[in-house]
Amino acid sequence: MNGIHDMGGMQDMGPIQYEKDEPVFHAVWEGRIYGINASLMRNWNLDAWRYQIELLPPAEYLQLSYYERWLRINEQLLVKHSLITAAELAAGVVEPGSAKATPTLTAAAAMKRLGRGLPPSDDPKVAPQFEVGQRVRARNINPTGHTRLPRYARGKAGAIARDHGAYTFPDSNALFLGEKRQHVYSVRFAARELWGEQASPRDSMYLDLWDDYLERA
Amino acid sequence: MSHDHDHQVVPSDPALRVKALESLLVEKGLVDPAALDVLVDTFEHKVGPRNGARVVARAWVDPDYKERLLRDAASAIAELGYTSGQGEHTLAVENTPTVHNLVVCTLCSCYPWPVLGLPPVWYKSSAYRSRAVIDPRGVLREFGTEVDEDVEVRVWDSTAELRYIVIPERPAGTQNLTEEELAALVTRDSMVGVRKVKG
Repeated sequence: MNGIHDMGGMQDMGPIQYEKDEPVFHAVWEGRIYGINASLMRNWNLDAWRYQIELLPPAEYLQLSYYERWLRINEQLLVKHSLITAAELAAGVVEPGSAKATPTLTAAAAMKRLGRGLPPSDDPKVAPQFEVGQRVRARNINPTGHTRLPRYARGKAGAIARDHGAYTFPDSNALFLGEKRQHVYSVRFAARELWGEQASPRDSMYLDLWDDYLERA
Repeated sequence: MSHDHDHQVVPSDPALRVKALESLLVEKGLVDPAALDVLVDTFEHKVGPRNGARVVARAWVDPDYKERLLRDAASAIAELGYTSGQGEHTLAVENTPTVHNLVVCTLCSCYPWPVLGLPPVWYKSSAYRSRAVIDPRGVLREFGTEVDEDVEVRVWDSTAELRYIVIPERPAGTQNLTEEELAALVTRDSMVGVRKVKG
């Protein structure tokens, strides 16, 4: 989706606000929503989670702080996936007769899950479509769903710098339409290919892109 | 803008809303408050940039380790005991006299948790995410980091599940420091690539 989240290359966002000796969490509630979020992730997947953030209206996205976004989309996902009702969320109390989840995610399970890891990327059953050194072009696609191909790279030519093996395809996984595993590559784009003459001729951007985002150049 | 209108976007104090949500979810059996305690404690006290600093210091003193780190960072980092989510696939990129690396996630907030902990606010900000790719040298200058014209700046946009750690250049005049002393010099910002390590 061509949303506000896809902000690489935008200008006028102001100076970078640097906080010296910044705490991990700025308030107790930030840590709690971090933990709630981690505990609930097993009910959806990371791609669907990212897509939910992207669905926030642009003005709201920009106005909310980072963890306020997490709070907002966890509320939305809980209702969307029927884990709580809108009435329960509004009232803050469980409706009579509501089923209780079993088993509850324990502290030990939460930590284990945190370290569980992604499936291995060295899957010989998934063949790469491109090879290191090959010239490629990022496809000019504008899906309304989730995608990890930023607008600033679409239609631009680069070269495969490194093959990272097979990964779940976010565009389909975010919509629960399958993992569609395929290779991900570091693709090198010259800064001038992306930004024109104002960029340094020496500089480059590397993006991690899936097979389905690429075509031969 | 009326007071009520303000509150349509953030209907009430997030602290109150999170508290209400947590008690609802606990009652539903969907979260365990003890699990939340452990997760918060982990990132406040156990996982953070000191982990990454030890990785960098080891790479500076042990060429074989650095070679393993550049080839398969997740395994080399695991050798030091650092494993957890958001680090399963990690790429270490090395700063040299001719190359300066900078890491960003333009689409969200991807960051190598096992070695750097959770990202700071500036890394997740619109200002950094938008400009790091179109004006990396301007961003570096904003951090007080000068990179010569003839040095190649490489920006790594974390668009997939790869996470990045920059191995900064070892400062001159540090040949007599121990690995532990070297680790104390390595900052979070240097491992994102926005600053250099000072001796």
